[in-house]
Amino acid sequence: MRAKYLLRGLAGVYLAIVLVAPLVFVFWSAFRHGLGPFWSAISTPEAVAALKLTLITALVAVPANTIFGILAALALTRRTFRGRRVFGALIDLPLALSPVVVGLALLLVWGEAGWFGPWMIHHGMPVVFSTPGIILATIVVSLPFVTRELVPVLNELGVEQQEAAATLGASPLHIVWRITLPAIRYGLVYGIVLTTARVVGEFGAVAVVSGNIAGQSQTMTLFVENRFQAFDLVGAYSASVVLALISVVTVAAMRMLNRRGIR
Amino acid sequence: MTVRLSCISKRFQEHVALDDVSLEIPRGSLTALLGPSGSGKSTLLRIIAGLEDPDAGTVHIDGIDVTGVRPQRRGIGFVFQNYAAFKHMTVRDNIGFGLSVRRRPKAEIHSRVDELLELVQLRGLGERFPGQLSGGQRQRMALARALAVDPAVLLLDEPFGALDARVRADLRRWLRELHEQTEVTTVLVTHDQEEAMEVADRIAVMDHAHIRQVGAPRELYDDPSNPFVMEFFGTVNRVGDAFVRPHDLKLERVPTGADGAATIERLVHLGFAVRADLVQDDGHMLTAQLTADEVADLGLEVGDSVAVAARRERVFLEGEGI
Repeated sequence: MRAKYLLRGLAGVYLAIVLVAPLVFVFWSAFRHGLGPFWSAISTPEAVAALKLTLITALVAVPANTIFGILAALALTRRTFRGRRVFGALIDLPLALSPVVVGLALLLVWGEAGWFGPWMIHHGMPVVFSTPGIILATIVVSLPFVTRELVPVLNELGVEQQEAAATLGASPLHIVWRITLPAIRYGLVYGIVLTTARVVGEFGAVAVVSGNIAGQSQTMTLFVENRFQAFDLVGAYSASVVLALISVVTVAAMRMLNRRGIR
Repeated sequence: MTVRLSCISKRFQEHVALDDVSLEIPRGSLTALLGPSGSGKSTLLRIIAGLEDPDAGTVHIDGIDVTGVRPQRRGIGFVFQNYAAFKHMTVRDNIGFGLSVRRRPKAEIHSRVDELLELVQLRGLGERFPGQLSGGQRQRMALARALAVDPAVLLLDEPFGALDARVRADLRRWLRELHEQTEVTTVLVTHDQEEAMEVADRIAVMDHAHIRQVGAPRELYDDPSNPFVMEFFGTVNRVGDAFVRPHDLKLERVPTGADGAATIERLVHLGFAVRADLVQDDGHMLTAQLTADEVADLGLEVGDSVAVAARRERVFLEGEGI
């Protein structure tokens, strides 16, 4: 009995030190002088632009990686094709790579002196130092999560339910929509939450490709860093609170969606 | 003829699952594909369903060549060993799935599902989820789901394999009755010869990618065309070149040491029947089955010497050998 409480106590203390205390401190710092300074810190044009950019990035990157992740997971678990292992390893690669390396690699490919960069710039669609580059970098670093969540779930699910649906006359699309997706929805939701967290929180890769221009190519995380460097602690903490709230809203929304899914 | 399989071959990498198999399944019959695991019976069933494509050969259903046609368009119902229940749908939605895929009106689906719930004795359980049903109930739901779309052929892949013995026995009897009611052409895969004999009116015995014999259960037992079939339907003794069933061996007491006599090693009382394990003087083992009365009449005891004669035996021609 005593060992049980000791274990719980240890886990609680550990969580408190590494997670709860810093979070509380962030909130406390942001609201230390009341709502007024918080509000003015996050309503500056730079802050609003940063929030907008982060939301736009999320609105593109999360659906893109969700759709890609579902298709990739289905391909990895339901098909046999040459190079399947390589394909799986490639999807995992962003997890192992430092985001800074991802950013640099993108610079090499899409930058002014890169392979495709000059062509894109010539046609008036610069990738690096602008929104497309930020979105691209974010997509790369958040690529694996949906697939990695779904592969074990799909393996566990097996193919029988889908085969049964096929013998009952359901088309492949119909099967995915009415059988596969509902069966894997917990894993999918978790994958989307992880992807969103990564997309919203990404710093390294975005820092390299964005150019970090306030009000233009600055995401929320870059904005936090920028405020911090400028000794604007209230600004930094207030923006951090907004980032934290985005995460909380995402988790809450997904949980609600899931509950409704069970009917 | 409802299903005609012609010269079907299928291999998985190096493993030959089916080698030039042909079979005709008459309309309205309940045919069992019977064989040990790995004999190719499940693969053959999945080929009828279109869940696997044969490497060679054709499948006809109701006279139409459906080889290469997707399972969706074959007009079949399939029941899996592990139920393949749609876990996130109610029993009602499971059963109605095929009809809702066909965009039938809601009211029609509702009344058809009610009928089926009645048929498979799940009335009142329509609003439950599969996880809230017992194994036997889940399998009956899966049967109702397959029957909902009025399949030309009902395919059952070891449907009772995951159930315990008691439920299995009930469901067998129930399936037989259901088949008599619905008269849907049915193909049942099983490795259990008792199940095949109880449920099916025709049995195709499979072994090592081939069909060894097709016939009525009685035919296969009484008139097997090769040693494999004979041995698959129960214990068999080898007496010289002949194969003899344990209950076709006749025992008679003889003095100890008599020429050609066998010794009783063991007597196992199984209620009405008694199994006698015998050793012949050349060391050859035999198993005989007698009634308890016969044992009593002859006064047989362990260690007694007996003369063994075959009341009925089978000799297979060269080429039919094991």
